[in-house]
Amino acid sequence: MDTMRERFAAVTTRLLDEDPRLALALAVISGDRFKDAARAHPDRVIDVGIREQLLVGVAGGLALAGMRPIAHTFASFLVERPFEQVKLDLGHQGVGAVLVSSGGSYDIASGGRTHQAPGDVALLDTLDGWTVHVPGHPDEAEALLRHAAADGDNRVYLRLTEQSNREPLPVSPGRFQLLRAGRSGVVLAVGPMLDAVLEAVEGLDVTVLYASTVRPLDAHTLRAEVRRAEAADVVLVEPYLAGTSVSYAAEALADVPHRVLGLGTAREELRRYGTWQEHVAAHGLDAAGLRERISGFLR
Amino acid sequence: MTSTSSVHDFTDLPRLMSLMTGDEKHGPAATSTLDVLWVLYDRVLRVSPQTADAPGRDRFLLSKGHGPMAYYAVLAAKGFIPEEWLAGFGAYESPLGYHPDRTLVPGAEIGSGSLGHGLPLAVGTALGLKAQGLHGTRTWVLVGDAEMDEGSNHEAVAFAGAVGLEGLHVVAVDNSSATYGWRGGLASRFEAEGWSALTVDGRDHEALYEAFTTAHPGRPHAVVARVEPKDA
Repeated sequence: MDTMRERFAAVTTRLLDEDPRLALALAVISGDRFKDAARAHPDRVIDVGIREQLLVGVAGGLALAGMRPIAHTFASFLVERPFEQVKLDLGHQGVGAVLVSSGGSYDIASGGRTHQAPGDVALLDTLDGWTVHVPGHPDEAEALLRHAAADGDNRVYLRLTEQSNREPLPVSPGRFQLLRAGRSGVVLAVGPMLDAVLEAVEGLDVTVLYASTVRPLDAHTLRAEVRRAEAADVVLVEPYLAGTSVSYAAEALADVPHRVLGLGTAREELRRYGTWQEHVAAHGLDAAGLRERISGFLR
Repeated sequence: MTSTSSVHDFTDLPRLMSLMTGDEKHGPAATSTLDVLWVLYDRVLRVSPQTADAPGRDRFLLSKGHGPMAYYAVLAAKGFIPEEWLAGFGAYESPLGYHPDRTLVPGAEIGSGSLGHGLPLAVGTALGLKAQGLHGTRTWVLVGDAEMDEGSNHEAVAFAGAVGLEGLHVVAVDNSSATYGWRGGLASRFEAEGWSALTVDGRDHEALYEAFTTAHPGRPHAVVARVEPKDA
């Protein structure tokens, strides 16, 4: 199986052939994967060097000129470092772009904190009008990438990671999918957290929802499933900063007495290297860690 | 919305500015960009209220969004916005703020205010126009000498020079307000990155016009327009 990042390169290369309005902006990262695309479309594959403010500024300018830009680098350098460019050069200008990050929260665990971006979705949540896709499998990443490229002039963030579920699910941008129904609560699994969540809730009588798109948050489905369950207890399992979607869930459930637990990466810096699998476990996001906290929360 | 006549000349601009400032006389700081803006809109930019949304129009990006009275006055003089808007400058109901918002001001290509955003946006705009085959379309961006302190500008200057982005034009209004100055002159920063660069008197309309229309094949072009020092 290829990775989401490999799939992104292959599919974007094809999309550039098909859609003359599409342009790709890079800042060195993944540049070696786009050599053929750059030869075929020298005016539409733009590597600005290690200049991330310019990367996002260029994306804004391309959009102002009428193009559909895709900008890509590691999440830490795409959302966090040039955050004011994301805010002003896209949002404030009223233009769209597809920001495709790789690295997720800690794919590059051995690289340390500088290459980890668990706060990317929370940061985008301070801004208006962002669609956020968090695919859980390379096939989902491809479908969401194609959707995003053709998604008018909307502002779309596509969060790619090496973590993947074993099997893909059909994507349904904007809608959560009901995977199983239960009585003692609702567990929402976001993107690559699904396999661990399913293993963690085995034998528990809970509803499981799956999201590969978290913004906009599908308030309708969440409400419907919480009302259907006997206990209005909600657990959100996200592969980034714990609690990122809690306020969205609270808003969706404003008229339903409920309890909510937000699971994800901890805010405290681990100061550990190693592998992403070790970081998943350290943040309690493997099946064992999830089961302990989910069953401790549900009544 | 009715618009007053767009038949104005340079001598009307102080009156238009006074509708915003309440003063008939304006100091050098308020007018540092006035001559540059006028020469661009009057003689250089191929854009009019009728072509303000045309794909092939020349683009002018005001990056130094602070003190936009001269810009609004020129936009009114050229008929992009009604003169009647000027009196509301900065008010809640007015589309004209102390920093421009492109979604509110016809003819404004970008919203600006935070320094160091216009030049990178202009690089992307010039690249996007080139990618669409609009080779005759020019992109202009106005920056200030103090604004050039922002690192984002240096990302843009180095990249645009390296790729020879001919469609890109910078006019840097230099009123000696950069905290530490630019040793060797601001133009040298552009020249070092392979740009065509000229320094002229920012009050001399003929010199500005000549500098703005100087050919620069295969390179981006910068014009440093020197005006009275801000603190003089």
